[in-house]
Amino acid sequence: MIHTENLTKQFKTTLAVDRLSLDIHEGEVFGFLGPNGAGKTTTVRMLTSLIGPTSGKAVVNGFQVGTQDTDIRRTVGILTETPGMYDNLSAEFNLEIYANLYEVPNPKGQVEKYLRMLGLWDRRQDEAGTFSKGMKQKLAIARALLHEPRILFLDEPTAALDPEAAHLIREFIAELRKEGRTIFLCTHNLDEADRLCDRIGVFKSQLLALDTPSRLRSQLFGRKVVFHLRKSEEALAEILRPLSFVSDARVIENKLLVTLDDPELHNPDIIRVLVGAGAEITFVGELRHSLEDVYLQLVKNA
Amino acid sequence: MHKIKTIIHKEWAEVFKNRMVIFSVIFMPLLFTAIPLIMLYAMKDTGTTEGAANEIPPQIAKVCDETLTSGECFQVYMVTSFMLMFMMTPMIIPVNIAAYSIVGEKTTHSLEPLLATPITNIEFLTGKNLAAVIPAIIATWIGFIIFAVGATIIAGGKIAASFLNPMWLLAIIIVGPLLAVLSVNFSLMVSSRVNDPRVAEQLSAVIILPLLLLFFGQMTGFIFLNQSLVMVIAVLLLVIDASMVYLAVRLFERENILTRWR
Repeated sequence: MIHTENLTKQFKTTLAVDRLSLDIHEGEVFGFLGPNGAGKTTTVRMLTSLIGPTSGKAVVNGFQVGTQDTDIRRTVGILTETPGMYDNLSAEFNLEIYANLYEVPNPKGQVEKYLRMLGLWDRRQDEAGTFSKGMKQKLAIARALLHEPRILFLDEPTAALDPEAAHLIREFIAELRKEGRTIFLCTHNLDEADRLCDRIGVFKSQLLALDTPSRLRSQLFGRKVVFHLRKSEEALAEILRPLSFVSDARVIENKLLVTLDDPELHNPDIIRVLVGAGAEITFVGELRHSLEDVYLQLVKNA
Repeated sequence: MHKIKTIIHKEWAEVFKNRMVIFSVIFMPLLFTAIPLIMLYAMKDTGTTEGAANEIPPQIAKVCDETLTSGECFQVYMVTSFMLMFMMTPMIIPVNIAAYSIVGEKTTHSLEPLLATPITNIEFLTGKNLAAVIPAIIATWIGFIIFAVGATIIAGGKIAASFLNPMWLLAIIIVGPLLAVLSVNFSLMVSSRVNDPRVAEQLSAVIILPLLLLFFGQMTGFIFLNQSLVMVIAVLLLVIDASMVYLAVRLFERENILTRWR
């Protein structure tokens, strides 16, 4: 659905996006993570044909950025960083403007459908300026969906929202995912990316890493399994270290921390060895690094 | 055409909620209509002054035909000088509307989602143009009709006929809309190129200066506005407008506007 090859954007002396190459598949929720000023919004603007690339190539929904811009804009939906509603016009009229610009066949029907879906139907005659941040964001999401795009670009959809509003927006994104839409999600919220995204690209002018959240964790930190023991025994770590599938093993108090590539495959072997050595195991669990750890590590190294 | 209509509809719904814009669209044409009418009313009695046209200065005599008394001729001269204000209406109103509509898009961050729709630059700019030009033309024409009726009532048909000649009809019906188009496109061009919306508004107002020169030129007798000159002005404006529309479309760079307006 989205394919880029060495996509680059240079603003005078600033290299905002440097040779970005990625493929995003149909129905995928792709998280685009990066610090402020990393070039995330510039990337979204290029992929929605709002601005042109300096070099490289991008194909969105089968249309080439730079030569088929109107087709791209007709078939993608975008939630911009700020909602950008017409504050002194009603919510309904705001959406009708966009339904007409997207040449939606039944504009009034589509407007009603999304106002109802997002719980704004009762406030449809109110000026958008009277809405809370969360309601404005919902209205902006409705605007992005009016023409039923298969690809949706969401630029910081929950930024500056209170936890309840952010939760509702996330639930709605999860619904959109179930409908099979392809979603390109720029976010700072790592928990949000962890929960919603199939794959994540960590970006700071360049793509620093690209994979599923769990693989990113294991690539960077390895997978760690914690064996809780009845009593602390340093010797158990020494028994495990020579095993080919164990990268590292250490005892911290009465916990044995084992780093390995494939816990599902090798945990039974480890348990067998430990029990054979007389260990009394009370609990086994995986030590998960948060996506925040992954993100901070990658951005720090960039 | 559907998208252009949508832009016009949106612009009017938004712009006419702004009291300053409503004030400028209604009050300014009324003021510019009232001034020549008040002058005509104040000079009503001077119309009876007898005397041949050659008793008055030649730059005044030029605007009258032989049937008018010198007093009537002076009335016609003074009022026609102020009638140039009718040419200011189609220039000032669109500057207000165009400047507000673009500044409004900037302040509410609504330009980016709007430009993310499949609308083309030409459709977008045509919508913006017509949304600003149409109210200006309507306000100018209504003002002129009120003036024509008022002048006929106050001064009588003979003097009113001197104002409602082909030259003024040409000026109001043809030159007025051309001035409005010039004014809007100049505002759009300025807005597209500068970073600060306040600078855009101030620079846009510069477009009125040539008309002020014409106004003072006529008042001081340096320029004599006649049918031929108005025709020349109309042709010149047509050429300038075509160039301005072309330039406004060329200078409207989405990328520049989106990345420079923060």
